[in-house]
Amino acid sequence: MIVAERKPFDEIRSMVSNYKKVLTVGCGTCVAVCLAGGSKEVETLNAELNLAFKKDGIEFGAETLQRQCDMEFLAELDNKVDQYDCLLSMACGAGIQFLAERFPNKPVFPAVNTSFIGVNLDVGWYEEKCRACGQCVLAMTGGVCPVTMCAKSLFNGPCGGTNKTSCEIHTDQPCAWFKIYERLSGQGRLDQIMKISPPNDWSNQKPRKVIQPGYEERVKAMNS
Amino acid sequence: MKAGSKLERVLKAGHFAFTGEVGPPRGANVNSIREKLKHLKGNVDMVNVTDNQTAMVRMSSWAASIICIQEGVEPNFQMVCRDRNRIAMQADILGAYAHGIRNMLCLSGDHQMFGDHPQSKGVFDLDSMQLIMMVKKMRDEGKFLSGADIDVKPEIFIGAAANPFAEPFEWRVHRLAKKVAAGADFIQTQCVYNMPKIREWIRQANDMGLTEKVYILPGVTPMKSIGMAKYMQSKVPGMDVPDEIIKRLQGVDKKKVADEGIKIACEQIAEFKETKGIAGVHLMPIEWEHMVPEIAERAGVLPRPEV
Ligand code: SF4
Ligand code: SF4
Repeated sequence: MIVAERKPFDEIRSMVSNYKKVLTVGCGTCVAVCLAGGSKEVETLNAELNLAFKKDGIEFGAETLQRQCDMEFLAELDNKVDQYDCLLSMACGAGIQFLAERFPNKPVFPAVNTSFIGVNLDVGWYEEKCRACGQCVLAMTGGVCPVTMCAKSLFNGPCGGTNKTSCEIHTDQPCAWFKIYERLSGQGRLDQIMKISPPNDWSNQKPRKVIQPGYEERVKAMNS
Repeated sequence: MKAGSKLERVLKAGHFAFTGEVGPPRGANVNSIREKLKHLKGNVDMVNVTDNQTAMVRMSSWAASIICIQEGVEPNFQMVCRDRNRIAMQADILGAYAHGIRNMLCLSGDHQMFGDHPQSKGVFDLDSMQLIMMVKKMRDEGKFLSGADIDVKPEIFIGAAANPFAEPFEWRVHRLAKKVAAGADFIQTQCVYNMPKIREWIRQANDMGLTEKVYILPGVTPMKSIGMAKYMQSKVPGMDVPDEIIKRLQGVDKKKVADEGIKIACEQIAEFKETKGIAGVHLMPIEWEHMVPEIAERAGVLPRPEV
């Protein structure tokens, strides 16, 4: 899932302080699961904002959509946003942008920092796992991502700084390439990393689109 | 000859190579680097010029390498993957070659968080292995990484680093093999203090036939003090300092610690000279350049061969 963290309250406060009616928009998918921007978090944030702006008479509305990254759900807001001066989104960066695209006349502000694509380690505890590089090499690396889990995104690690199973950046951070070695060695697949991994094609350096097979015609029709 | 650098000529002629190191200044202080080079000139075959080491901004390594050439000292232009993408790397390689640079050391580079700009974006477009491959392609095929032709190809003697001590130890010799396959002509290692481990690593490299394909120069850094030894042991990632080294330094009179450090270094060099598969030594006296003449003298590596 996509993991986000709520922005510091003072930053949120300063973004909305010049408006009279603010709609806080939550998202019921990834950011709800990671406890950053679901309906509960919308409620908490609005309570804090109401308290902070009591004297200024700013009103805060609340809506949580199932997904902000989907126009179908954004449409539910079509006849509501007119009553508001600005929108405060608690979705991930993708959802926030789609909300802004749906309502181009309304200022849209982010209430969260979108952190990463990651996993649930425990309640409230998440770890980054994938940078969406676009050329997944997990087959070669025994299911450990070298782009994300190695501090230098090395494809032929480990580097000289690898430190008794830790990464050079911190003793609490495992060296990804140590893990890759252990995993492959346990599976008897070290041959995977004996070969040199060639320079990567960093396709995530430009805006990307995906059209699944079978949908090309439909997309063409929509674009024409 | 692949590049005809002095280092290549020394090694090819079968001499035991002796290389040094110099860190460019934190500023445009040309005199400070010239001053350091005075101690190195004639006492080493080549000087590594570090590239923003520990991620601290310094005069660029290719520019400082040119100053070395002006001073009559052959440079080993270090290039890390942290600060440049493949476009800037290839451009700098061409520029360096055009100015007479003939050796390069291809490194990953310390993570940017260690330096004075920890907020910066680390590039790591290529890793050190891919950088080696790219330099070899430029030199041997006369082609850019993209496959396009190079108009006058850069003839560079390609160096790479190795850390024979990091875990998992069993992997170290395979990583060396990968660097050789990528195109490394010579290897300079992490500072050696754990002699049994390097002996084992070299034995494995001999067994795999790697030492016939690549010149290996173990790194030697004399300990200046007990504090330095303890710091290296506990604080420097990837460094392996056995307790015996610290005990030995503690066993001598306070005034003699630095001298004992040099003694240990000289003993190491003496052993390396006799070791099959070792082609020389890379001396890295950290901020101790003025001691190089004395260390070289005591290690019995003078005079340096004229080749
Ligand atoms: S290699 Fe890593 S960053 Fe790339 S797609 Fe796979 S998991 Fe994600
Ligand atoms: S120590 Fe390991 S994880 Fe850290 S940068 Fe080096 S290879 Fe990557």
